[in-house]
Amino acid sequence: METQDSRLSLDLGKIEVILATDCGSTTSKARFFKKINDEYRFVASGEAPTTVEAPYEDVTLGVRNAVREVEELTGHTLLSDEGIILPSKGNVGTDLYVTTSSAGGGLQMMVTGVIKTMTAESAERAALGAGAIVMDVISVDDGRRTFQKIDRIRHLRPDMILVSGGTDGGTVRHVLGIAELITTAEPKARLGVGYELPIVYAGNKDAREQISKILGKKFALRIVDNIRPMLSKENPEPAREAVHELFMEHVMSHAPGYDKLMRWTSVPIMPTPAGEGRMFRTLAEMRGVNVIGVGLGGATTNVYSVYDGKFVRTVSANLGMSYSICNVLKEAGIQNIMRWLPFEMDEVAVRNRLRNKMIRPTIIPQLIDALVVEHAVAREALRLGFAHHKSLARGLRGIQRQRTVSDLFEQSLEEETYIDMMRINVIAGTGGLLSHAPRRAQTAMMLIDAFQPEGVTKLAQDSVFMMPHLGVLSTVHAPASLEIFEKDCLVRIGTCIAPQGPTQPPGSLVATVHLNMPDGDRCSVEITQGELKLIPLQEGEFADAEIAPRSNSDVGAGAGHVLKAKIEGGVVGIILDGRGRPLVLADDHMMRRRELIKWFRAVDAYPQAALERYEAALN
Amino acid sequence: MALAYTPGLKVKKEITLQKTRRLPIPGEVLVAKGDKVDFDTTVARTRVPGDVETIRASQMLGIEADDIEELGQYMLKNVGSRVSKGEIIAKRTSFFGLSKAFVESPIEGTVEYVSDVTGQVTIREDPVPIEVKAYIPGRIVGVIQSEGVVVETAAAFIQGIFGIGGETHGQIRMAVKSPENSLTADLLESSDKGKVLIGGAMVTGEALKKAVDIGVRGIVSGGVEDRDLKDLLGYEIGVAITGHEESVVTVVITEGFGKMRISNKTFELLRSCEGMEAALNGATQIRAGVIRPEIIVPRDSVSTGELRDDRASFSKGMQPGMMVRIIAEPFFGAIGTILSLPVELQDVESESAVRILEVQLEDRRKVVIPRANVEIIEL
Repeated sequence: METQDSRLSLDLGKIEVILATDCGSTTSKARFFKKINDEYRFVASGEAPTTVEAPYEDVTLGVRNAVREVEELTGHTLLSDEGIILPSKGNVGTDLYVTTSSAGGGLQMMVTGVIKTMTAESAERAALGAGAIVMDVISVDDGRRTFQKIDRIRHLRPDMILVSGGTDGGTVRHVLGIAELITTAEPKARLGVGYELPIVYAGNKDAREQISKILGKKFALRIVDNIRPMLSKENPEPAREAVHELFMEHVMSHAPGYDKLMRWTSVPIMPTPAGEGRMFRTLAEMRGVNVIGVGLGGATTNVYSVYDGKFVRTVSANLGMSYSICNVLKEAGIQNIMRWLPFEMDEVAVRNRLRNKMIRPTIIPQLIDALVVEHAVAREALRLGFAHHKSLARGLRGIQRQRTVSDLFEQSLEEETYIDMMRINVIAGTGGLLSHAPRRAQTAMMLIDAFQPEGVTKLAQDSVFMMPHLGVLSTVHAPASLEIFEKDCLVRIGTCIAPQGPTQPPGSLVATVHLNMPDGDRCSVEITQGELKLIPLQEGEFADAEIAPRSNSDVGAGAGHVLKAKIEGGVVGIILDGRGRPLVLADDHMMRRRELIKWFRAVDAYPQAALERYEAALN
Repeated sequence: MALAYTPGLKVKKEITLQKTRRLPIPGEVLVAKGDKVDFDTTVARTRVPGDVETIRASQMLGIEADDIEELGQYMLKNVGSRVSKGEIIAKRTSFFGLSKAFVESPIEGTVEYVSDVTGQVTIREDPVPIEVKAYIPGRIVGVIQSEGVVVETAAAFIQGIFGIGGETHGQIRMAVKSPENSLTADLLESSDKGKVLIGGAMVTGEALKKAVDIGVRGIVSGGVEDRDLKDLLGYEIGVAITGHEESVVTVVITEGFGKMRISNKTFELLRSCEGMEAALNGATQIRAGVIRPEIIVPRDSVSTGELRDDRASFSKGMQPGMMVRIIAEPFFGAIGTILSLPVELQDVESESAVRILEVQLEDRRKVVIPRANVEIIEL
């Protein structure tokens, strides 16, 4: 039997064929890459339902089916009775096989800390950073009574617990109190009855000995450096690494079929959000810009931000487009979903449609109306996922700062996120729904409506959903991963220009955009209140722009100041968004639907015939 | 997806069915291999550890933070001691007996932990007995030591697509005349208490409420309005994990949400079982079909060999000639036969490029459907 270690001795120069898979909650996706004329390129994809759960309970069945589809499309044999054929020889086998996984609920963690907004928040960020779903955050001051906390810990059944609390050299009592709660509750691991639940301790180093006494007997305890060694410093990396190691050692090895899958792969299996996150980070680092990325999946919504070099990842469990679609309904409310529909639809019918998607999660919208309903839900899932993200993308609490009088008036701002949408340069999306949207303009509109970019923001998306694949590939073959990312994965949708400022009367001028187009043409286009406009500019083309906002509007250079910028084109083009920030939809149903139709038409988001039908229904 | 399809839900006239009945934690198995059991026979039981209460004892005794390790010397009850509610478990006297502080147990139970680090004392309540019933009548064909048993029975077996409410059983009554009919409140009678009612295309919200009032044990219907379920439960179901709802009638939906004609096969099979006692469970967990709700009608005997291997049918995939049911708009619920399975991607009305199949519907129409939007009907 070949082990993962033996497979790691790779000669990167000899790698001609690469197979990567992602075992998602709903589908397993295979991506096939080859070296063609000295360049690594994406060749084909295959997808099949994930088979991690009953009645199949073997993840490799779904992987095989997805890979078989690649075989059918390419004529390249990849599978044998034993698994993936390694290495390649002619039209048989692959030189590298890598995979990510979020199947079976991904990595589900509980985190604890002493103070909710300090060590507990740092622990939550670290767990999310490792690609986990955080099921609950327990802290001394979380408002729950002790018995309620114990009851909660007892019933959660996480895959792993991260325990933090206290700065190094500080008091040990509180963090030991939390450890005592855990040992009293005796939580059991989600997968497999007979193995010890892994716990990572990343708290006050002075408490290690006593933590070992309290937790060491009942759990698989791993002790790492303090996540918050001092109030002014967050140190998530050791905890994150321990989480990844324990994920492989304990959790994955107990998931159905993963023992086999682990033997097939050339490098360790990576949680899907960890793979996605690596690529969004790569994108930000390559260009030296601030990026917001989102992976909209069937069960979760993962949001990533790289802002002034700071990387934060959040995984919103139960906000997704298949299994979790009705949790979006629950969290957002039916009215918030229905406000994005440009046609009349009874609330009962919308509810039933979402429920039918929930109970049969692999169905695909065959009709345009069904697609529009899914896109409405997606906007709300993205909006809620981003709100969750912003609640964690904020500065460290508990640090003493010198304040001036003016700071006192702005004290509330400390509670808010540090993400300033005006300073976000790129918003990029991945995940089945965004990558498979029939028109790229649909992805553009979903990203704009949910994230509401301000100023000048580039929009991009994953072409066929391969960012997790490239993320795990980058751990073993970074040049191949980057090459494919640039050439075949990253689709430049275009650029959104959205002035920020007080709402003006409809139709009034908000800004004027003067453009020097690549063919030498000059044009000036007005951004008017309540309007969306599209200026075609191809992918790979740039236009020099001078954007002159009205006196109380801002496009990035300050209110009333002209911004000069190089605008990048894309498969959709330049979208001028004069709808205002925050984007407020009309209360009147007819007016709202009329506006939605107008906006969809402006960017050619949906087939003309459908928009005409929606419009006719209004008259 | 070449192999994208939802495996069909089972509607079996007669099968030999086995159910594993397992305790959540090890305990005692009360029956032996070969024993005959009924719906309500207790087959295994255990005691799960009771809830705990923690007390900040050092604080209540006025012990300084630096002296917490002294807590043990003030304890009147040590780890393992039984205590009753209000009983004094620790006492501290200071200032030459002038000042006395006590710690009383807030509950009846056992002292489990005394921490000389945090100053907390943990008391655990008595274990709570848990029993597992047979759920279906039949014979014990296997015993899992300290964990549970396997019960085997001959039965008609129907899987639903979604349900609420846990395990129950009751006598079947056909509450509607045909699969197209809705089960409305006026069709429920006071004599339906303890019964399992079979509806048609829909069960109304009023009927659900009346069923709870009367004490109906279970309802089977083709469809239901999501809003009516929300009203019945008093909350919105988020993630589809059900079966633990309390004080509701167990509901099994066989087709989907909205008005959905119950399939003829299901309706006729249930009609043939009218008057018989059925076991019913609404528990649903939708992760590639982990748990689907079910109706089990035990029978005296069956012909064997009806159980199919799902894994075998999955790896075989779809083939021309197979019967499928369409599970999404625009032909939701229609049944047809696969004519062809083109390899190439094809654009459907939504402009999605998907793998499709050509289906001939029962009314002879030929239609194109995404492969993901059909489920195979098991014959």
